[in-house]
Amino acid sequence: MTKLLNKPSLFEKYTPYLLILPALTYLLFFIGIPIAQAIYLAFTEKGAFSTENLDYLLNSPFSMFKEALKYTFLLAITIIPIQVAIALGLAMLFNIKFPGRNAALYLVILPLTISDVAAGLIWYSMLSSYGFLNKLLINMGLISQPIYFFGYQYRNMEFLAIVLTEVWRATAIVFVILFAGLQMISQEHIEAAEVFGANVWQRLRYIVFPMLLPSLQAALIIRTLFALQIFGVVWILAGRDIPVLAGEAYYEQVFLKHTGVAAIYALIIAGISVAVGALYIKLFKAKYLEAGT
Amino acid sequence: MMPHEEYSIVRYYLNKIVIAGLVTIAILWVITPFVIAIAYAFTDPDQYYSISVVFPTSFTADHVKMLLALGADKAIMNSIIVAVLTIIFSFALGLPAGYAFARYTFKGKDSLKLFIIGLRMFPIMVIAVPLVTLYLRLGLNDTLLGVALAHTSMALPFVILITSSIIAGIPKELEEAAMVFGLDRKGAFIHVTMPLALPGLTAAAIFTFLMSWNEVFIASVLTLTNRTLTAFILNTAMAAVDFIKFAGAFIIIFPAMIFVFIARRYLISMWGITLR
Repeated sequence: MTKLLNKPSLFEKYTPYLLILPALTYLLFFIGIPIAQAIYLAFTEKGAFSTENLDYLLNSPFSMFKEALKYTFLLAITIIPIQVAIALGLAMLFNIKFPGRNAALYLVILPLTISDVAAGLIWYSMLSSYGFLNKLLINMGLISQPIYFFGYQYRNMEFLAIVLTEVWRATAIVFVILFAGLQMISQEHIEAAEVFGANVWQRLRYIVFPMLLPSLQAALIIRTLFALQIFGVVWILAGRDIPVLAGEAYYEQVFLKHTGVAAIYALIIAGISVAVGALYIKLFKAKYLEAGT
Repeated sequence: MMPHEEYSIVRYYLNKIVIAGLVTIAILWVITPFVIAIAYAFTDPDQYYSISVVFPTSFTADHVKMLLALGADKAIMNSIIVAVLTIIFSFALGLPAGYAFARYTFKGKDSLKLFIIGLRMFPIMVIAVPLVTLYLRLGLNDTLLGVALAHTSMALPFVILITSSIIAGIPKELEEAAMVFGLDRKGAFIHVTMPLALPGLTAAAIFTFLMSWNEVFIASVLTLTNRTLTAFILNTAMAAVDFIKFAGAFIIIFPAMIFVFIARRYLISMWGITLR
């Protein structure tokens, strides 16, 4: 019977490729063509090779490339460690079984489902001069004047507002990965260590942490990739007061119609992301193939 | 042993209190901004601009109505059209591929799947700028179809991986039994696997909807007059008074909340698949 079913006709043999081909073609077309086009747009002027756009990017007083690069990385290295620390704590906490855990879990990851634009607006309602935080603190008598978070003269506070919003919005991404990682660690390992007299700290240090390391690496890399693309939150809360790579690409393209310059920004974001992504593949290829799903 | 045991009981309850406290803090940290933003979207201006009113008591739907009149109504329709087109395109292309990965073993399978996982890491937003030039030539500029095609390239790797994992979770034997009883592979898929996969596929479609609904960079770059909701809000909110911003937040998050509630059972596992 099985012999009959598995008889590989020539058509059957190529079926999986035929099934995958449309999707693959679409992806290669919709990513390959634009990237080629971006290179063309970036380095030509009226059909001839030109470094005019690059020159503008690096040297024009109107270009905020260096600031954008600085702030994109500054935001990433500020936000990611805070997110990892909070997510790690949360994952440990939710790894304990308590009544209502599923409902609590659902609430905690809720910010993951909303757009970054919405997250920016939501935190604006918390931090604006007449926002919740200022009114609360004033009525508690802790401050007498509102704390100003927005406006160019309060750039550092804008930076803080972005950090708060991103920690609120995207810590859940790290949390979901770490929580899944923790759930995969077999309870038997931990119990065995307990039997042999390992205390809580030793169990964390020598069993949980090493087994969680791959999830931690995955979370770090995914978060870094998203951090390089940061746009909506920054644009809503700070506009160009805090320039970032994607924000500058948007500004050059939509407001100044400098398509070539915007294309260079696109290529830079893609380039850095591919480098980080390659690291991801390198680190996890072996692990993934081993799982064999 | 005795004093030690008493100590353990105290510690047991202390532990419980600490856990409850920490969970409460985590939930308040996440929920408070949601509640405040939604409440402010409906708060009477007098109360909002009064420093002494921390918790508003007088509400109005004027801000949301005003934002809808400013063009959010059309933007909502645009967002729905783009998201539905994205679901149709990405499932038409992604479901067959997902089926192939779940049901066949073939040469180069691992490399192909790894390639798709790699593509999922690619920052799709970078295709927006060069697409403008291509779309101008194709007549797709500032069209909803153009945005949907770009969103499809963002959603497709995700749809392939999700559908593959959903189909792999349905026993192959059921399909084979149907084939023994005379159905061909296509028939077996449509009549046996498909109905079983439907709840998962629905959840995956909801996720695709949200991906498109929430995406702002591509939509803002590719459209000018036919803005989707997030792109519309991004450009309107900047110059608007505070209420319009809060109303904007409310209109964007409302459908997301509903959809997430419907698909909540699949939430964690699906993110597990997309983020791993």
